[in-house]
Amino acid sequence: MSMTDTTEKLVCRNVWKVFGARAQEAFAGLGRDPSLERLLSAGLVPAVRAVDLSVRNGEIFVIMGLSGSGKSTLVRCLSRLIEPTAGEILFNGQNLLAATDGEMIELRRHKMGMVFQHFALLPHLTVLENVAFPLEVQGIDRAKREARAREIITLVGLTGRESSYPRQLSGGQQQRVGIARSLAVEPELWFLDEPFSALDPLIRRELQDEFLRLQSALRKTIVFITHDFDEAIRLADRIAIMKDGVIEQIGTPEDLVLHPATDYVREFTRAVPKAKAVRVASLAHPGAPATDAPRIPARATIAEAGTAFLNGADVLAVTDADGRVTGSLRREDVVQLILGGAG
Amino acid sequence: MTALPAPSYQTASPRLIWGIALSLAAILWLWGQTVAPFAFEYPKALQIPAARWIGGAITWLVKEAAIGPIAFADITRFVADLIDLPYRATLALLATGLLSGEGSSAIQLWPPLPWVAVVGLLALIGLYAGGIPLALTVTACMTFIAVFGQWQSAMVTLASIIVAVPLGVAGGLFLGIAAARRPWLDRAMKPFLDLMQTMPVFAYLVPILILFGFGPTAAIVATLIYAMPPMIRITTLALQRVPSEIHDLGRMVGCTDRQMTWRVLVPSAREPLLVGVNQVIMQSLNMVIIASMIGAGGLGFDVLNALRRLDFGAGLEAGLAIVALAITLDRLSQALARRNRAAIPQGNALQRHPYLAAALALIIATTLLGLLIPAIQTYPESARLTTSPFWAAAVEWINITFFDTLEAIKNAVLLGLLIPVKRFLLSLPWVAVVAMLGLLGWRLGGWRLGLLTASLSFLIAATGQWEKAMITVYLCGIASLIAMAIGLPIAIAVAERERAWTITRAIIDTLQTLPSFVYLMPVVMLFRVGDFTALIAVVAYAVVASIRYTVLGLQGVDPRLIEAGRAMGCTDWQILTRIRLRLALPEILLGLNQTIMFALAMLVITALVGTRDLGQDVYIALTKANPGNGLVAGLAIAFIAIIADRLIHAAADAQRAKPGLGAQA
Repeated sequence: MSMTDTTEKLVCRNVWKVFGARAQEAFAGLGRDPSLERLLSAGLVPAVRAVDLSVRNGEIFVIMGLSGSGKSTLVRCLSRLIEPTAGEILFNGQNLLAATDGEMIELRRHKMGMVFQHFALLPHLTVLENVAFPLEVQGIDRAKREARAREIITLVGLTGRESSYPRQLSGGQQQRVGIARSLAVEPELWFLDEPFSALDPLIRRELQDEFLRLQSALRKTIVFITHDFDEAIRLADRIAIMKDGVIEQIGTPEDLVLHPATDYVREFTRAVPKAKAVRVASLAHPGAPATDAPRIPARATIAEAGTAFLNGADVLAVTDADGRVTGSLRREDVVQLILGGAG
Repeated sequence: MTALPAPSYQTASPRLIWGIALSLAAILWLWGQTVAPFAFEYPKALQIPAARWIGGAITWLVKEAAIGPIAFADITRFVADLIDLPYRATLALLATGLLSGEGSSAIQLWPPLPWVAVVGLLALIGLYAGGIPLALTVTACMTFIAVFGQWQSAMVTLASIIVAVPLGVAGGLFLGIAAARRPWLDRAMKPFLDLMQTMPVFAYLVPILILFGFGPTAAIVATLIYAMPPMIRITTLALQRVPSEIHDLGRMVGCTDRQMTWRVLVPSAREPLLVGVNQVIMQSLNMVIIASMIGAGGLGFDVLNALRRLDFGAGLEAGLAIVALAITLDRLSQALARRNRAAIPQGNALQRHPYLAAALALIIATTLLGLLIPAIQTYPESARLTTSPFWAAAVEWINITFFDTLEAIKNAVLLGLLIPVKRFLLSLPWVAVVAMLGLLGWRLGGWRLGLLTASLSFLIAATGQWEKAMITVYLCGIASLIAMAIGLPIAIAVAERERAWTITRAIIDTLQTLPSFVYLMPVVMLFRVGDFTALIAVVAYAVVASIRYTVLGLQGVDPRLIEAGRAMGCTDWQILTRIRLRLALPEILLGLNQTIMFALAMLVITALVGTRDLGQDVYIALTKANPGNGLVAGLAIAFIAIIADRLIHAAADAQRAKPGLGAQA
């Protein structure tokens, strides 16, 4: 995508996580890349198998999978909340698995943030104290950390609720606190573990929009976990689809919809209307339209562009993240995609 | 062997096993006396002299044990001094005032807190934690104590509690946190905690008496040992139940281990931890009362004294004062636990801490006024009420008027139920009982459980305590069954009626806060000492558990299943027996377990009224300061408790695991 550069923020090479008695030794005894059968017969239960992926600077990388696919275990390996059984995890080129406890504490204090599915707010602290908590842990003095916390609370739209306790807030508001807290330390790498799964559909949508708005301003590198494919194609720059601990395919939403690599991915993407997955950028032709046409961001989906054609336009001007016109989107290409594809 | 429950399995082979085992046991019982006398009486020559070993070990500890140059006796003396100082300070503050000199020649330099101040302070805490109703309850309870002339004793008891509770809470919290963080420590501590909670309190009073001497310090040590295990357990459990996301959060924001514990985990587990604090307070009260036997003084001593003098009036008043104190402490600590943190008020020091300011003002004002008006300093003797003569007269009247009725009831129960069961149990060959317990354990929970139940019961026989243990089992068993027989119908009657349950719960909550000692008074008054008296006291104490668990079980039954039953045309009786009781069976079994535990705990206390069981052994050991005998008898009671506990838990799990009763929780 245009807003990401190609430097790799987080690289994950051949990462495994298996559970079982003395898993580390037992796994090492099985040689390189053991098969599922060999693992199971050795009494080991694999949760993550041979995962390779890289997350680029400033992109939203979504890991999508159903429950039990290993996505939560994987994200906990990436943040080293769980110790991987084997593999290598590089953050800014530094091997996380070789980092000492002290180095991990420093990294997490300053470079990483995480949002949790069930919010994980501390019940005995107010909204303000919850948001300021990561700074308090670092030993930053009260005046400074509370000033910073108030700033972020404003950013997520919770002004006025600073002295409420978590139990007095709705689910959506609680997750706003969770988001604010994870941003308090200005992390470079932002983990979101199914952040909107526990919310009602309307609130979920509202927070997804909010999340995109925040990201367009903050440009964090994001690892986002979800079991909801619609959410994945709405938010992702790239998606990794996981099944049984293995990554089936990594690609942009349109890659997955237009060129599924495995039957599982095909099964998944079949019900998805292509217009919802394909971005304007991939149908656009280079060069500005001749006439003064309505504008559409390159990042928008074809479905979003569709409404613009309802007003009678035959062509739209495609704009990049900075608002410059970079190409044109023609009505017939859109009609072709919608009528030609499934759904 | 009809005393053992006959399990009904669908398959033939278990039935066959039980049939053969029971027949063998019956043959041994009927004809074995002459062939195998050792099966009936454990051979004396093979007895394990555990009492002597333990006695010797403790003597060695006191006389010789040392870590390098520091003798063990020095360590205990150091601990004693550590506890003694805060205790003396608290006692001076509440009861004696600042004294100069020793004993009766002591001169009071400064008076203790005026009674009005203490009542006022507790009322203020009540107001802070629970509003005006709680403040009024507390005031009423404490004034009651003053009016009936129990103030001085109550303050001595309160002083012990005030010293013991913070130590117990802190110790329990630290050990609980350590266990939550290190699974191996948790595993290592579990058997000890089990033992501590099932071991009768008298049993460890003796070694403590020897190590710490007679007096309030020893009583506080005993209280700590008694009150700490529940706190350890609750802490470990509460910390383990903190959601894993909260753990993850702590690590993701880069908490150090210490920050993780004190900033994240402990505050997140605040509510269950405060329940633990309430438990420590109530357990401490219970123990401080019992520990009056080793010199705790206070209300417990008054009750004990009255029991010995058979002065029921005095005993009852002291008992009621304990009740009043128990209610005060329980309600205050519960309200403090429930209290939500409100926004911090702004303003100057006075506005920010209104309660603290009021408390200080109250203390200064009452102390100054107390110098002028003695009635504020000490509750005037002339205004004291005593109901003692009234109660004595009432008991006398009941005993004279209803003597025949009471005796008839007592004798009927003794002759018709107690003595036959006792004879039967005593006639059983120990070999058969051990084998049956082993078999039962194996059938219910696998070979490990079988081995445990068989070896524990064998140890009871091998230490020469079989007969006394059987008497314990007989009293405890009958008491538990009666308690269940009373508790079940009550539970069924109130489970579905919200108002009735609210009232019942209030009553059983209050009953449960009462120290076990209190139960003895009224029963002894009516039936004097003996097995029957013990039985009634035990039933009264244990029935609470059977009601509580049965109601919980019945209320937990899925209402959709009852609806389904109704739709199928079940009568109310069928719904009760086929659905509700059936599904609540695991909880009812756990209720039975608790009932047995309560019964065993109470049984030891009833040794005071002359039973002939293991409790009596423990009690005699206490009066003779014989730690070996006391501990061995105490361990035997703990073994009985552990056997019952494990078997019933296994049975409850087996019930839950049966298809159709849903997955195990």
